[in-house]
Amino acid sequence: MKDEPNLVEMRDITKGFPGVLANDRVSFAARAGEIHALLGENGAGKSTLMSILTGLYRPDEGEIIVAGRRIELHSPRDAIRNGIGMVYQHFRLIPPFSVAENVILGLDAPRFLLNMPEIEKKVAALSESYGLRVDPKVKVWQLSVGEQQRVEIVKMLYRGARILILDEPTAVLTPQETRELFLTLRRMAGNGHAVIFITHKLHEVMEVADRITVLRGGRSVGTVEKKDTNPASLARMMVGREIPPAPSRSEGPRGEKILELQAVQAMSDKGLPALRGVSLTIRAGELLGIAGVSGNGQKELAEVVTGLRPVQAGRLYIKGKDLTNRSPKEIIEAGVSHVPEDRLGTGLIPNLGVLENVILKEYRRPPISRGPLLDRRAARERSEDLVRDFQVKVAYLDLPVKLLSGGNLQRLLLAREISAAPSLIVAVYPVRGLDIGATETVHNLLLQQKARGAAILLISEDLEEILHLSDRVAVMYEGEIQGVLPSSEARLEEIGLLMAGMKKEATTA
Amino acid sequence: MDQMLLISILAAAVTSGTPILYAALGEILAERSGVLNLGLEGMMLVGAVSGFMAAVKTSNPWLGLMVAALAGGVLALIHAFLTINLRANQVVSGLALTIFGTGLSGFLGKPLIGIPAPQTFKPVTIPLLGKIPLLGPILFQQDYLVYLSYLLVPILWFYLYRTRPGLHLRAVGENPAAADAMGVGVFSLRYLYVAVGGMLAGIGGAYLSLAYAPTWLENMTAGRGWIAIALVIFSMWDPVRALLGSYLFGGVDALGFRIQAVGAMIPSFFLNMLPYIFTILVLILATREGSRRGAAGPGALGLPYDREER
Repeated sequence: MKDEPNLVEMRDITKGFPGVLANDRVSFAARAGEIHALLGENGAGKSTLMSILTGLYRPDEGEIIVAGRRIELHSPRDAIRNGIGMVYQHFRLIPPFSVAENVILGLDAPRFLLNMPEIEKKVAALSESYGLRVDPKVKVWQLSVGEQQRVEIVKMLYRGARILILDEPTAVLTPQETRELFLTLRRMAGNGHAVIFITHKLHEVMEVADRITVLRGGRSVGTVEKKDTNPASLARMMVGREIPPAPSRSEGPRGEKILELQAVQAMSDKGLPALRGVSLTIRAGELLGIAGVSGNGQKELAEVVTGLRPVQAGRLYIKGKDLTNRSPKEIIEAGVSHVPEDRLGTGLIPNLGVLENVILKEYRRPPISRGPLLDRRAARERSEDLVRDFQVKVAYLDLPVKLLSGGNLQRLLLAREISAAPSLIVAVYPVRGLDIGATETVHNLLLQQKARGAAILLISEDLEEILHLSDRVAVMYEGEIQGVLPSSEARLEEIGLLMAGMKKEATTA
Repeated sequence: MDQMLLISILAAAVTSGTPILYAALGEILAERSGVLNLGLEGMMLVGAVSGFMAAVKTSNPWLGLMVAALAGGVLALIHAFLTINLRANQVVSGLALTIFGTGLSGFLGKPLIGIPAPQTFKPVTIPLLGKIPLLGPILFQQDYLVYLSYLLVPILWFYLYRTRPGLHLRAVGENPAAADAMGVGVFSLRYLYVAVGGMLAGIGGAYLSLAYAPTWLENMTAGRGWIAIALVIFSMWDPVRALLGSYLFGGVDALGFRIQAVGAMIPSFFLNMLPYIFTILVLILATREGSRRGAAGPGALGLPYDREER
């Protein structure tokens, strides 16, 4: 494999967006038959580089060479014609369409009439030859996330892609699905494809990659063979400094029951049962992590606890008080803070300034409120304090928050939520999209709050994060708690089985 | 109610439903591609006046029809440019188009008011089919434009669901980013279908001035463009349901006339309101039904697409 020539080569690629240089003279090459990991933090320029390779962005400078020929990519169609296919993190699938319809979308053949039975047969044959089980007749919205990813891969293979790019493909998978994906990738590399794997997870790189190219701050740090490296040195390349040891979980004293759910049932937005009898309790000074593949009721659970979603059956108690189906306002007043999944949609108001967003929960109370009026000066002081204490970087306080970076947004949101000294914090995917530095800050803040005696409900897709921070781990699958384990005893393997719905013997929360 | 009256009401339902049907079919194409065009009323009016003008000049209603389609299409291209290239708000642009079309048609039509159309589309009985009891006089003693719409509905249905271009059309309206990533030309397709939608709206307008009325009156669409937009929602973006819906509206419209003709003691203003009241009722029911079934129209309807948006 060493002697294989480069199947694809990108030379000195530069691409700028207003205000940022996303790629600064980046060079990258992948050979046929290898799995090549593209490693870097969020914002390191991985996705931009690959979007250039798929014709979605045009580079400002640099050239692309595929199979020894210099090519110009004007559109995704050009990329596909040159055998370059990408599986995006957010799938480019059309949910109301069937698998086969999604697979043939955008192809020149058939010219006009669609003979679906025949197309379905071809799709089935191709997917079986790579061990990617999926029924071509089924509508995509009926598929699990792992299956949808398979459709994306089949789609690319159907187009004869020789260079397959996967953007953070494991973020949405259970450990078992991940293993299956890795087997598929290995099979594809064995068939002479070049597989490019974008990730920021070191252990995955060490598990599956042959070579690794590390990006940092829009520049290439270097390419290494896996056998010549180790996770610590990769992390150094990725971050550019030593990584401080992660904050460790402290076993503080547990207090009274803060949150108690009794057999709660709730519907999803589509009117289907999303929570099917969830019972759990969290005590003061305890962090309960909810693990599970997203879409198994986590979002609905957070919304029920924060009063945003009606409860169909069951009870919700906060500090022993029955708050079932009370308004979010009453629940906030009971001491519940919410760090929602959708920071700019649910957590903050994108077009309003920092100041307005900071006082969103306090504007009714003095000193911010003075009768029917707002005390702008008090509000300004409050915002200045929080921005300083939580190191939110803002040019001025009236800056619309939609212009803040992900890390700053999350710090601002946490500042507002934590400053109320809540007794319960509901944090949903709190570090999604954040770089290592911001992740550290968020984790530290949550652990500080725990130490102060707050109860914390942490929902995350990242098992390592959950195992690391939680006192206990509850696994959700299809709207039910599959099991609750003390995190000191939980093994990745066992959680993975629970995430896939293989229920453990009765354990209760 | 005797049988003759029933047949005449139902036949009139088809006739007065036809202009709405054309406009609705055009709007279905545009909305399926993800572009909401609220300029339907304006495009119909401009189609009606320009088609009428051309028919007066040439004494050929078919030429009038072509001019009407062209005029509707050109007007739609303005909307396409604003919403697809400049990513303007589709609601605002569509409303502006309606206001513009209303004004333009009034201006162009000033000298035409009161002139009878020299040649119009007249009912033609289809051999054999026209003789079927009940159905014959209702469906098959109509003019050529009605027959054309009979053909258009199954053709569009087949095109949407059974052909490759139809798949691409739906994909662009559901998820332009996915379609784009697969090499489907989002911009060109949206342009195409907005323009074709405008052409069909123009034909719908020309039906009023060359077959239904057949003369030019200022504002002669009388809200039919808006009814067609409501109908698109009611039909859940499906041509066959649009056909049924159009005739339902046409029937309510025709019923109003007949009740007046029979001399019932209901104020004519109230009867004229019927189609609009019916529209509101149908919309309430359709949206309730729709939200229950989770069918809310094309996923990207009303959203401009920007490839490099981050």
